[in-house]
Amino acid sequence: MKSVIEYFRGIFNGIKSLLVGMTVTGGYFFRPGTTLTQQYPDNRDTLVMFERFKGEVVMPHNEKNEHKCTGCGICEINCPNGSIEVIPATEVTEEGKKKRIIDKHIYHLGMCTFCGLCVKTCPSQALAFSQEFEHAVFDRTKLTKVLNQPGSKLMKGVE
Amino acid sequence: MEVKEKMGRLENEEYIINMGPQHPSTHGVLRLVVALKGEIVQRVEPHIGYIHRGIEKMCENLTYQQIIHLTDRMDYLSAHINNEAVCLTVEKALEIEVPERVKYIRTIMSELTRIQSHQLFWATFGMDLGGLTCFFYGLRDREKILDIFEESCGGRMIVSYNTPGGLMNDIHPNFQNRVKEFLKYFRGVIHEYDDLLTGNVIFQERSKGMGVMTKEEAIAWGLTGPTGRASGFSCDIRKHNPYSAYDKVTFREILYTEGDVFHRYLARMEEMRESMNIIDQLIDNIPEGPFTAKMKPVIKLPEGEYFQSVETARGELGVYIVSDGNKNPYRVKFRSPNFVNLAPLNLMARGSKIADLVAIGGSLDLIIPDIDR
Repeated sequence: MKSVIEYFRGIFNGIKSLLVGMTVTGGYFFRPGTTLTQQYPDNRDTLVMFERFKGEVVMPHNEKNEHKCTGCGICEINCPNGSIEVIPATEVTEEGKKKRIIDKHIYHLGMCTFCGLCVKTCPSQALAFSQEFEHAVFDRTKLTKVLNQPGSKLMKGVE
Repeated sequence: MEVKEKMGRLENEEYIINMGPQHPSTHGVLRLVVALKGEIVQRVEPHIGYIHRGIEKMCENLTYQQIIHLTDRMDYLSAHINNEAVCLTVEKALEIEVPERVKYIRTIMSELTRIQSHQLFWATFGMDLGGLTCFFYGLRDREKILDIFEESCGGRMIVSYNTPGGLMNDIHPNFQNRVKEFLKYFRGVIHEYDDLLTGNVIFQERSKGMGVMTKEEAIAWGLTGPTGRASGFSCDIRKHNPYSAYDKVTFREILYTEGDVFHRYLARMEEMRESMNIIDQLIDNIPEGPFTAKMKPVIKLPEGEYFQSVETARGELGVYIVSDGNKNPYRVKFRSPNFVNLAPLNLMARGSKIADLVAIGGSLDLIIPDIDR
């Protein structure tokens, strides 16, 4: 007799536990406002990333096409996997002195691991992270980027 | 006659199959060579190395700041705690005291990491056992923690937020509000986890009494984390050897004695609640101050050997650094919890059905990149 009661109690408890679980899913079924799916490709216009999001390394330029990079190469030394190459050039200043500037600041996005050391250690804050996250391209060579814009100059007052 | 003889031979023969390396329930590229007799598992032989990247060797050519970003990629679900482990070792070697603010933030971040890791465990464990619904609920709540990380650290999973001596940048002004908001939200929905899975009769039938490890076996095999604590082995580094701000908080070490799949699962459920209690005690009292100690740009550790262990979401992670006085370490060794927790899989799974092997493997919460490094 006792085992029969146990048997039916087991069935009853089993069905009860399934119903408890189904009330959770059923509850959300009838409250569609509480779900939070993002309609990603459709909401691209309104999508705002967090300001610290590490999308890709960029070199901010001002409206006069000037940047802050002095070509010291500290970012290149700190990069753990060689994503940054600084190709320096020399420039003769008005006083006739030779000065190191950058010819090209090359950034290999395909190799970057987004550790943030280049941005953190740059002594003149020339580098920053952009919030761009759609990095897919059809050709791998497009992942190698030159960060300084053509014809750009060093900002005045940055040594 | 011949056919009958052949059948008889087949019945007594072991049948060897490969589970993995692409099997979804191994959570990565783990290959299990399983010897079966009918449906009963005779032997499990894990083959590892499919995602070996040589992180320990790579560390020998990098400076101490650069090592941090590699440790993110070992146990990617406790990325923040891995970072902290290396930072603590370096700080111990240099004998510097990091500011109180850093300790508090590190502890809060570690506990958030633990919660999101266990949430993902719950989601995938339910999915392994056939409850696909769990996956959506687990990831829904995990998303909120990832948003907190993204706002302060800039990364969602691969955070790279710690640096020897402190943090990469200060917490975002919104951080405290967001964390409190999350705790309030998560306390309200965590009962759904129990309703959906813990109480479910099918889940209980499949997990209770499966893959039992006794306390003696757990100690002998070096099981740590929730896996070891479910067997009654008190191994919480946060309790026994407090680092960061763990000595300032009171919390309960979750211990069970059964040591089966169900109790490994329960241990993680309870740990989520304990982690919320820890964050509660810290979040309002983050002291003011700098977010990093004053460090030289080039860190050189004095000659010697250094070791520090921390409690990740899966167990004890030990970092062992040998320095010869240069800016690069001479040798780095990570004692990863997953490698050790994988080892007794054969012992646990022997004699059970192959479907239970999935449950046992899932309950260990293995992260394969941490095994291979």
